[in-house]
Amino acid sequence: MTDPAAVADVRSPLSDGEWHRLHPLTPVLRGGLFLVVVLGIVITNLRDRIIGWLFPAVADLERYEADPVDYVVSNNLILLALVAVLAVLLLLLGGFWLSWRFHTLRITGDDVEVRSGILFRTHRRAPLDRVQGVNLTRPMVARLLGAAKLEVVGAGLDSNVKLEYLSTTNAEALRADILRLASGRQLARASDAAGSVPRGRAAVATVSAALTGLIDGAEQPVAEPASVVHIPPGRLIGSRLLSGSTLWLLVVVAAIIVGSVVGTPWVLFTLVPAALGFAAYWFRTITRALRYSIAPTPSGVRITFGLFTTITETLPPGRVHAFEIRQPLLWRGCGWWSIRVNRLSGRSANDAQSQQFADVLPVGTRDDVERVLRLFLPGISAAQWQELVVHGLLGPHDESDPYVTTPRRAWWLRPLSWRRNGVLLTPDAILLRRGLIWRSLVILPLARLQSVALSQGPIGRSQKAATLTGHTVAGQVPGAVGALDRDAAVAVWQRAARAVIAAAASDRSHRWDAAPPASPAPIAIATTDQEEGRA
Amino acid sequence: MTNTPDLPNQDSASPTTTDLEPGGGVLDAGTYDRLLEPRSANRLPLGDGTWHLLSRNYVWVRLISTLAVLALVLAAAVVGAVLLRLGWVWIPAGVVTVVTVWTLVILPRQARAYGYQLREDDLVFRRGILWQRMVAVPYGRMQLVDITHGPLDRVFGIAQLKLVTAAATTGVVIPGLTQPAAELLRDTLIAVAETRRTGL
Repeated sequence: MTDPAAVADVRSPLSDGEWHRLHPLTPVLRGGLFLVVVLGIVITNLRDRIIGWLFPAVADLERYEADPVDYVVSNNLILLALVAVLAVLLLLLGGFWLSWRFHTLRITGDDVEVRSGILFRTHRRAPLDRVQGVNLTRPMVARLLGAAKLEVVGAGLDSNVKLEYLSTTNAEALRADILRLASGRQLARASDAAGSVPRGRAAVATVSAALTGLIDGAEQPVAEPASVVHIPPGRLIGSRLLSGSTLWLLVVVAAIIVGSVVGTPWVLFTLVPAALGFAAYWFRTITRALRYSIAPTPSGVRITFGLFTTITETLPPGRVHAFEIRQPLLWRGCGWWSIRVNRLSGRSANDAQSQQFADVLPVGTRDDVERVLRLFLPGISAAQWQELVVHGLLGPHDESDPYVTTPRRAWWLRPLSWRRNGVLLTPDAILLRRGLIWRSLVILPLARLQSVALSQGPIGRSQKAATLTGHTVAGQVPGAVGALDRDAAVAVWQRAARAVIAAAASDRSHRWDAAPPASPAPIAIATTDQEEGRA
Repeated sequence: MTNTPDLPNQDSASPTTTDLEPGGGVLDAGTYDRLLEPRSANRLPLGDGTWHLLSRNYVWVRLISTLAVLALVLAAAVVGAVLLRLGWVWIPAGVVTVVTVWTLVILPRQARAYGYQLREDDLVFRRGILWQRMVAVPYGRMQLVDITHGPLDRVFGIAQLKLVTAAATTGVVIPGLTQPAAELLRDTLIAVAETRRTGL
């Protein structure tokens, strides 16, 4: 696109409306796995031989079995074998290099576009005003080479635009540009075009910078906002050890010990794989959550986590559809809580990563919960927060409880939590309070709620009870609370249906930074873009 | 259509006073005239406003298609038992027959429990007698409206309308509308959604 106005507005070298290639080391990073596989095959075949070279004494004790290397050596085919291995490597690298050549991206005033594929060309275009967030992932190896993956999160299933790989500086500039374009504000005038570095040199030059970055953390721009929550590593490890899976481990250990006492002692050996499995699980969850930070930026809340693979996601305002503040049983003594959210992550709900992206606060005290919630819902006043804590998190205490709860006649539907189980409609959100043992408070912002349902089965009808469900985008947070008094539930449902419409009509957060009257300029650009894209 | 002003829990300031009523009587031509509710007084109340119901032909379509499937199953069972001398095929065939006959028995009642209301800013959909469900979907939340009709549906002149929001759980599927009603409803919903468009 050659619209001069848009070009002049753009700051970073990659988002100037022209087609660009990705980081030149992309073929190496993407082909790295295949290199490892080839190396692995070679090394396993040479293992005995290498041991023989290094420790001749050991080699004398055992005879080689017939392996391909013996065959190659005995038939004088060494040269041929080396050529074959080299050819395979070159073919693979050539393939990845070609796919890199054909993989181009373009940022225009309204879309992110990616073209890829050698034989089967794909052209993906994502409109910027539907961007749900931008994730910057820096895997260990890529970080050493100064590269990062950028993922533009769209609203549909499998609708993410992946930019693998970009140099770290480009990725950060691009992220800022995309978020700024998505915010509805026109890009700032070109201020520092000097920030561009020739990419061939950048690949080498950034290695040293990346090493410092490795130590400093994922982000090192000057205006990096400070995290509002600090999680001491001890608390993080403790919280992961006190998770529900630990209860299962205890149950399994007890069962194995009982089994070995009652039956055969051999059962004890099954402890080893169980322990290994749990150790791996803990290691994974802990390293993933380490180095957590959450901070407000002009273009949304920025969450960073991960020790080895560092992921930085930016959630623009108004992209979170549901919050759940939870307290597992074992955390109650420590006063810890966690927050998870429903958001459009562009992934299917059973994707392992979608759970990871759902946790916005892995563990924190009540103050941390307040700070994180205030980032996402800045409108909460101090009095409202007190009410939320007293009634929502810890409640109910006395008769002043504002929640609509399970009536006494239906207590057996929620035998433990019937006093707590309830719903409250506030001007901005529906609050669902559940669980006496596993405490949970769900906040459904009305401006994001898709629809509200009321349902009743035969058992509920016999107790004059009903279930209220708020429908949000798919995610980890459930939006239903059951066994409510029917009349109260109907009243809440009717008021909620009206409040959702009012909230949606007044909500402007999907173009959070736009001037109050929507400017017609972006729409004009959109039409020209689409015509060019089809040509 | 049915008006039920005699219910508990009336909300005088209800938004349903100004309904959206497109196309005169098209939505109610050839439909049932009364919405079926659970007998218990503890049921979910209908509220006020006008409920539109399903076409009477819906039951016939379902009856014919279900019976056709049942006939196929029974034919397969007869073939299995007589030609292949497999006695046990009567067990699954019997289970399928019992379940199918039961669904056919409750089908007319179920069909009369479906209803939808076009309020000023949202669509209310209800269904079910044993398991009652009511959903309020704001027009602005609609992502798309889907109309499907199979060959048998076309013979009887009915269609199924599905309303999709960003939440998969919204689940508003209105089966058995008359075809003019389905098309009118689709056009109305899209026109209304356009004027009340919101973000996700």
